Amino acid sequence: MPETQGNKVNPKLIVPFVKSAQDVFSTMAATKVTVGKPTIKKDPMPSYDISGIVGFSGEVVGSIVVSFHEQTSVKLVEAFAGEALEYGSNDFIDALGELCNMVAGAAKKDFGLDASISIPSVITGANHRVARMSDAPCLVIPCTTAAGEFAMEISVKQVSPAV
Amino acid sequence: MKILLIDDSRTMRNIQKKVLSAMDNVEISEAADGLEALAAVGEQGPFDLMLVDWNMPNMDGFTFVTKIRENDKTTPMIMVTTEAEKSRVLEALKAGVNNYAVKPFTPDALLEKIRQTLEKAGAGG
Ligand SMILES: [Mg+2]
Repeated sequence: MPETQGNKVNPKLIVPFVKSAQDVFSTMAATKVTVGKPTIKKDPMPSYDISGIVGFSGEVVGSIVVSFHEQTSVKLVEAFAGEALEYGSNDFIDALGELCNMVAGAAKKDFGLDASISIPSVITGANHRVARMSDAPCLVIPCTTAAGEFAMEISVKQVSPAV
Repeated sequence: MKILLIDDSRTMRNIQKKVLSAMDNVEISEAADGLEALAAVGEQGPFDLMLVDWNMPNMDGFTFVTKIRENDKTTPMIMVTTEAEKSRVLEALKAGVNNYAVKPFTPDALLEKIRQTLEKAGAGG
């Protein structure tokens, strides 16, 4: 696993996202997800056009940003919702947010820690910025599907439980 | 059979509605958070079954279940949520849900949980 600024990426908190993304998209959108080689990212710009964000709190703090190409998001949302939804509409944003909610929640159960997730939010527009919720390194996992590409940008760290 | 679907995601409620369409004679009401759900129970209740999401704004599903069980011990409730840790399942059961379904789910898996829950509730009283 990559390393940066003395902040180690903790595989225990990363691997669960690979499994959860594969579970969520195969179960809810009949789409197989293949993951590529992770990289460390420094700039705050999400990779693509539309991003779903879920924060973590408790024994794990940080966030996951799932960032999609517009066309990828349109196809995945259609597969999930069972109908075509207009890109950027309230229903579209709702669907994308719920997909990200499931990716975050399904990953969380495999942390083996007591953590909570936030309500998802969705941001669109070219060059949208996302404020990350911790100083943990941001690991980008590129994901490929038949509907196109998306990326999971994971910035989480474990904090000691209160004694 | 009157069913209340409680989830902050309209897409998720639509998916659950499709799953429920496999059952006969269902009449579905919807709520987007715990507060709306409490209002729906007051105005349109009692329901024969409630499907309850955990993570929602304004009032979460866990709080909703706890409030409902203060004076309604019998209406069957199924938590349908991404929360999947054993500790969460136990917490929800203790708060009074009858069954627990984890997202992501297949339509068959959710339908099976619903059938199990209704069967048990029917057998119990
Ligand atoms: Mg929710």
